[in-house]
Amino acid sequence: MIVFDNISKIYTPTQFALKNVNLRILPKEFVSVVGASGAGKSTLLKLLIAEEKPTEGKIFLDGLEVTSLGYGELPKVRRRIGTVFQDYKLLPNKTAFENVAFAMEAAGAKDSDIREDVPEALGLVGLLDKADNFPHELSGGEKQRVAIARALVNRPEVIMADEPTGSLDPITSIDIIKLLLKINELGTTIILATHNKEVVDELGRRVITMEKGEVVRDEEKGKYVI
Amino acid sequence: MRNGWLSTATILVMTLTLFVIGGLILMGVAAQVVLGDLEGKIDIAVYFYPNSSESDIMNIKNSLEALSDVKEVSYISQDAVLAEFKDRHKNDATIINALGELDQNPLEATLNIKAKDPTKLQDVADYLQNKKYPIVDKINYYENQVVIDRLSGILAGVRNSGLAVIFVLAAIAMLVAFNTIRIAIWSAREEINIMRLVGASSWFIRGPFLFEGVMHGIASGGLAAILFYPVLWVVSPKLLVVIPSIDMHVYYQQHLLQFGGILIGVGVVLGVFSSFIAVHRYLRV
Repeated sequence: MIVFDNISKIYTPTQFALKNVNLRILPKEFVSVVGASGAGKSTLLKLLIAEEKPTEGKIFLDGLEVTSLGYGELPKVRRRIGTVFQDYKLLPNKTAFENVAFAMEAAGAKDSDIREDVPEALGLVGLLDKADNFPHELSGGEKQRVAIARALVNRPEVIMADEPTGSLDPITSIDIIKLLLKINELGTTIILATHNKEVVDELGRRVITMEKGEVVRDEEKGKYVI
Repeated sequence: MRNGWLSTATILVMTLTLFVIGGLILMGVAAQVVLGDLEGKIDIAVYFYPNSSESDIMNIKNSLEALSDVKEVSYISQDAVLAEFKDRHKNDATIINALGELDQNPLEATLNIKAKDPTKLQDVADYLQNKKYPIVDKINYYENQVVIDRLSGILAGVRNSGLAVIFVLAAIAMLVAFNTIRIAIWSAREEINIMRLVGASSWFIRGPFLFEGVMHGIASGGLAAILFYPVLWVVSPKLLVVIPSIDMHVYYQQHLLQFGGILIGVGVVLGVFSSFIAVHRYLRV
């Protein structure tokens, strides 16, 4: 379970990026976080992987206080949370296979496990035939699939996707969301930050709506309402 | 290699840096030789009245040699002084004829005293002065005192300021290399950020960069060491005119292992240290 306990984040003294956010996300949930640009969605996700520290409050991942970890301990948390970004963040000089394998190498996996698990992850996202292609040889949707394969290859408890469809066309977006749903059905918690109304309304899952750094609505089977 | 061009540029800048450092070391060696030569020329001459007994002079010589500040004392007998004098003026008939008129050798036997440190000559001269040997005619230190003091002052000054200049120049050269490495790693910052976000530990990320730093250091240190060969081959004949007492080309060949070791060592330390510092700031994510 992920707990945000009274989280505030202040970048400039006059403006809250996040203000008194309290959230609980249960295992195997599929949660969409919606809101306009600057509402605090990305900040919320960055705090969860400790890419940034909150000004106030605590964040727990299964009882482990993420917000109190030092730089040396962060890798442990990040291996338990797979991340997917709008700009994919693939290493440009590595092939699809190597990009996915890299996350396993970083986590200290054995070569034999890497040879077994990487093709499995690429197969799950439907990209086994593009394993040897470099990112610049892939379409936007394919790059995002590689990124998702990389996020799930270490079998994380949570996958956190920040605007994963932000740079993609509507049809490809739906494919990516379906892929996330499939991963969710296999037992992984998904946190999806998006401002794609169609996607959210289609899902019919929990929706957290943010506005100016505050949670203004939190509904099971929610809709995108602004 | 992560990036061919960037690596090449880094190695070239580091090679230049190490070349400058090596050049400074060689200049230091040359300066030491020149200063040593000059210091060797500073001495005290003690003149003895004609007909002083040689054994008395030898006693003084022995007592001088027992002094801890004295490096060496050389004795020039009256006859040797005369021979030298004649040789020096062999083309001057008037002087040679005038000498022939004399029935006795007018020149004085001499002791030349060299000190381990030219600033200590004063003490040696004072020692002699205080002994008041009856056979000593004059001690030329007191006549040349101003010149000797000034020269040894200049030598000490050149030593110290030369060392300071060498350190400053070496520091500048190292800063340039450090910044080149920082730029090279800056271009990899996105990559480092991604590694960090997929949960790579600091040492996992740092490792390849430090390894690259070692390789760059070895490559540029080796290149710089090789580069000195043709450069000294061209330069050393010209240097020999100015500093005849040392052939830099030969000196370098004799000390090639030390030089190669120093240059590669400095290169590796510079490469690893710069990489470590440069990567460090991108790991704070």
